[in-house]
Amino acid sequence: MTAPATTAVEALPTVKPDRLPLMLLPVLALVALPLIGSTSTWVTLTFAGLAMGMIIFIIASGLTLVFGLMDVLNFGHGVFITLGAFMATSVLGLMTGWTTSTSLLLNLVAVLAAMLVAMSVAGGVGVVFERVIIRPVYGQPLKQILITMGGMIVGEELIKVVWGPEARPLLLPTAFQGSILMGDAAVEKYRLISVVLGLIVFAVMTWVLTHTKVGLLIRAGVQDREMVESLGYRIRRLFIGVFVVGSALAGLGGVMWGLYQQSVIPQLGSQVNVLLFIVIIIGGMGSVTGCFIGAMLVGLLANYTGFLAPKVALFSNILLMVIVLLWRPEGLYPVGKK
Amino acid sequence: MSEPLLQLQGVHTHIGAYHILQGVDLTVPKGELTVLLGRNGAGKTTTLRTIMGLWQVSAGSVSFEGENIGLLATPDIAQRGIAYVPENMGIFSDLTVAENMILAARNAKRAEDMDPKRLEWVFGLFPAMKRFWQHPAGLLSGGQKQMLAVARAIVEPRKLLLIDEPSKGLAPAIIQNMITAFQELKRTDTTILLVEQNFNFARQLGDQVAVMDGGQIVHSGTMADLAGDEGLQQRLLGLSLASHQ
Repeated sequence: MTAPATTAVEALPTVKPDRLPLMLLPVLALVALPLIGSTSTWVTLTFAGLAMGMIIFIIASGLTLVFGLMDVLNFGHGVFITLGAFMATSVLGLMTGWTTSTSLLLNLVAVLAAMLVAMSVAGGVGVVFERVIIRPVYGQPLKQILITMGGMIVGEELIKVVWGPEARPLLLPTAFQGSILMGDAAVEKYRLISVVLGLIVFAVMTWVLTHTKVGLLIRAGVQDREMVESLGYRIRRLFIGVFVVGSALAGLGGVMWGLYQQSVIPQLGSQVNVLLFIVIIIGGMGSVTGCFIGAMLVGLLANYTGFLAPKVALFSNILLMVIVLLWRPEGLYPVGKK
Repeated sequence: MSEPLLQLQGVHTHIGAYHILQGVDLTVPKGELTVLLGRNGAGKTTTLRTIMGLWQVSAGSVSFEGENIGLLATPDIAQRGIAYVPENMGIFSDLTVAENMILAARNAKRAEDMDPKRLEWVFGLFPAMKRFWQHPAGLLSGGQKQMLAVARAIVEPRKLLLIDEPSKGLAPAIIQNMITAFQELKRTDTTILLVEQNFNFARQLGDQVAVMDGGQIVHSGTMADLAGDEGLQQRLLGLSLASHQ
């Protein structure tokens, strides 16, 4: 095969990575420092904010990909959070001997078991939820909102049937309790663990999205699913996979949120739902990086304003969303969707 | 004319309440380049999308290598060896040129998995693809995006290429590059169905031609016959323009 010479190829513009949204995190933290006054309090609040942000990210990452791939607005995502958290109360309830032990290893095994069971059950319910609730309303946004909200209500009621309507305690294992000192600042151990776990999930997700063919297909599908199908790939199978993984991650987030709050209520999912949508809108619908930064911003701002001006904390997330959307109407990292 | 690779018989397509294709009969011979001409709204793009399964066939049959593919899903149609370059090019702008190509090479997980000889041949046709291999496709110019769209369709051998208006909005120099690339593709006996509005572009490439109007094929024959008969051009293409006004 001989190739002809071609001409008239223009130069390409310089690649400029968009780092401005990333800068928002240190800027927010640095602005908060003089307002808070005490460095130790600032360190404590920052870790609390980051931990909260990481948990929100773990829960919301699946939701943003589900929307990006199939334009599905799943208002029932919260049910997987609640389910995960309640599964953890059952699993850890059965392993009380392990969680009250002073052995870090036994504590870790108990928490990991709770997380695995919660993820498996949430993922399994995700398969049913997608088949029964989501699939009949593909491409019908209004019906999606109504039926997924209905699914959320039904799921919440079923959880009440199984575990009861009351709040259930979800205590931290012995080795996860208490704080460690960083200078004068006391940082709760569990918050550190949450930050590390969140970073691991973000790193794994980023690696999968950038280094595997499945990740490539997800990124491409978020932009133009019709073209992905025209290349010979079945986007619905991909979507089901993402939906199940997203549900499992919501289950994991539910365990972490429950341990963070140390108690679980059946309304947990519906309470967190609003926060999730704020995060994925701020980040740019379909963008995992945007979702990560959005979650961190929400976490930090909630903790800073909660300390500085508790009344402002009630609407700080909405305020943040308004400011971000005035600056970037399609979110921090808009996806080049067709 | 060689044996038919693709045959549409009495194909009707509805999009919502609109009846777009109204009994399309079209034959695409194997190893030849067939051009589909016609004014805006004649149904050319809908014909390609119907073949690709992106719009459902309401009636009639779409036969590829003797198999009726009219009711298959788009991925199944693509897997039978049909590549599609849409009018909007379908470039994944947030992905690099390399990632766009890896997706098109269905069995490749990484760039190294692609056939190096084939890749070098594609780079020979479109050198910009090699130069901007690791750049986000969204940064490419319109002409480079069109080259990427075609490069993606030919990164692996395909039995049939469906290409929708590759010259649209391109500068004359880039159009000449495209013509050179398509002429090279023709030498490999690739079967191509090309939708075009630019008759000068189409004339230089087409073996066969079909003219559409009002959702039907109103003329089919060889490009040589149409190119050599100004009266026929006036009647077919002029008639189309007049009916459009």
